[in-house]
Amino acid sequence: MPLQTFLLVLRRDLKVAFRRISEWSHPLLFFIAVSALFPLALSPERLAMTPGESELFGLQSLGIGVIWMGALLASLMGLDRLFLNDIEDGSLEQLMLGPAPLLSVVYGKLAAHWLVSALPLVILVPLVGLSYRLTPGATAMLALSLLIATPVLTVLVAIGAALTVNLRGATAIIGLLVLPLVSPALIFGARATVLALDAESAAGPLYFNASLAIVAVSLGPVAIAAALRAALE
Amino acid sequence: MIDSSISLELTDVGLSRGGRDLIAGLSLSLRGGQLALLMGPNGSGKTSLLRAIAGFAPTTQGRIVFSGGTAPDHTGDAGPTIAYLGHLDGLKKDLTVAENIQFINSLRGISRPVDELIAELGLALAAQRSVRQLSAGQKRRVALAYLSSSSSRLWLLDEPLTNLDRPGRELLGRWLDSHLAGGGIAIVATHRADELRRPGCLLLEL
Repeated sequence: MPLQTFLLVLRRDLKVAFRRISEWSHPLLFFIAVSALFPLALSPERLAMTPGESELFGLQSLGIGVIWMGALLASLMGLDRLFLNDIEDGSLEQLMLGPAPLLSVVYGKLAAHWLVSALPLVILVPLVGLSYRLTPGATAMLALSLLIATPVLTVLVAIGAALTVNLRGATAIIGLLVLPLVSPALIFGARATVLALDAESAAGPLYFNASLAIVAVSLGPVAIAAALRAALE
Repeated sequence: MIDSSISLELTDVGLSRGGRDLIAGLSLSLRGGQLALLMGPNGSGKTSLLRAIAGFAPTTQGRIVFSGGTAPDHTGDAGPTIAYLGHLDGLKKDLTVAENIQFINSLRGISRPVDELIAELGLALAAQRSVRQLSAGQKRRVALAYLSSSSSRLWLLDEPLTNLDRPGRELLGRWLDSHLAGGGIAIVATHRADELRRPGCLLLEL
């Protein structure tokens, strides 16, 4: 039963998302616009950070930071609606009365949200990486480290969204709540990419982010379910 | 027909909302086949009581025990035993009527074909329209699908007649009759008790 409910909610949320393409494409457009326009605002002659280094190196290091920040901010956009829609139309109540625990509903919603909001970012990385002339190795590592870190972002932002469903216009609060918590994933993800750029082993930071992802995905939904139950009272 | 394998017992139940006590010391005992109508002015706690029985809100005191029994199930529906119809319809506005009913069927383990259910709800012509385009009464009719599982032994209905036209109210009345005849329990909060009253039903003034 829990698996059926998970798949049922996942399929329903994907179907709803495809009916509202304009809503979930906003963060993606934001991500593309920020990462593609940023290099245009840079002065190439000032990018060589230390004498003797090529300016390409400065562009690449900046690019990694910009792409990570773009992905982080894009995943914050529109998240206040993640649970609010289901609460406002009453479908969350009906899901709570369903045959499976609320936890499987939460997993279904998170999986659907990750598929429509985070996976496209990972797929777009090779494209935006071009603007910063990232090496193929660094681009692949950037995509891989985003793939590992985005579940952490999704879960943390969803905790913020679940805790603030009863507050109006809570997007700013979600940001304040969540951004300090995602900084480890950001630091280690960016570090892995820089190591790959230098053609060194990035296993350490990747393992660290993978362990964060496992903790977030296994414990986060429990907190989300509890917050939603409290919100419905 | 009274089926005593199914029962709902409220013992000395107290409820509060927003720090204000709504209900104190309410006891109620219902057996399969019984209907209770909750009446009372706006704000008297009808919705809060139904939500507490559904398990959405905690009680401040007392106990609510529902035992669903093991009633023989002739249609083979295997799903949750509590059906709740509140102020909100529980429908996805971006999906069509047929998609919503398909979802409800899967969620509640209803074995009836979607087309048949849509036809009985009188929505055959609207089946492929999205719920966003329906009238309030038509949305209510779609929401009635949440009641269509025979495995639901306890119905909690909050103003179920709202927005329904006469055929819609008659349909709900027929479904309520067959639910009670099949040994189910129903608690209905309503301002229109005259339309829902059945012989032997319990009237509860809050």
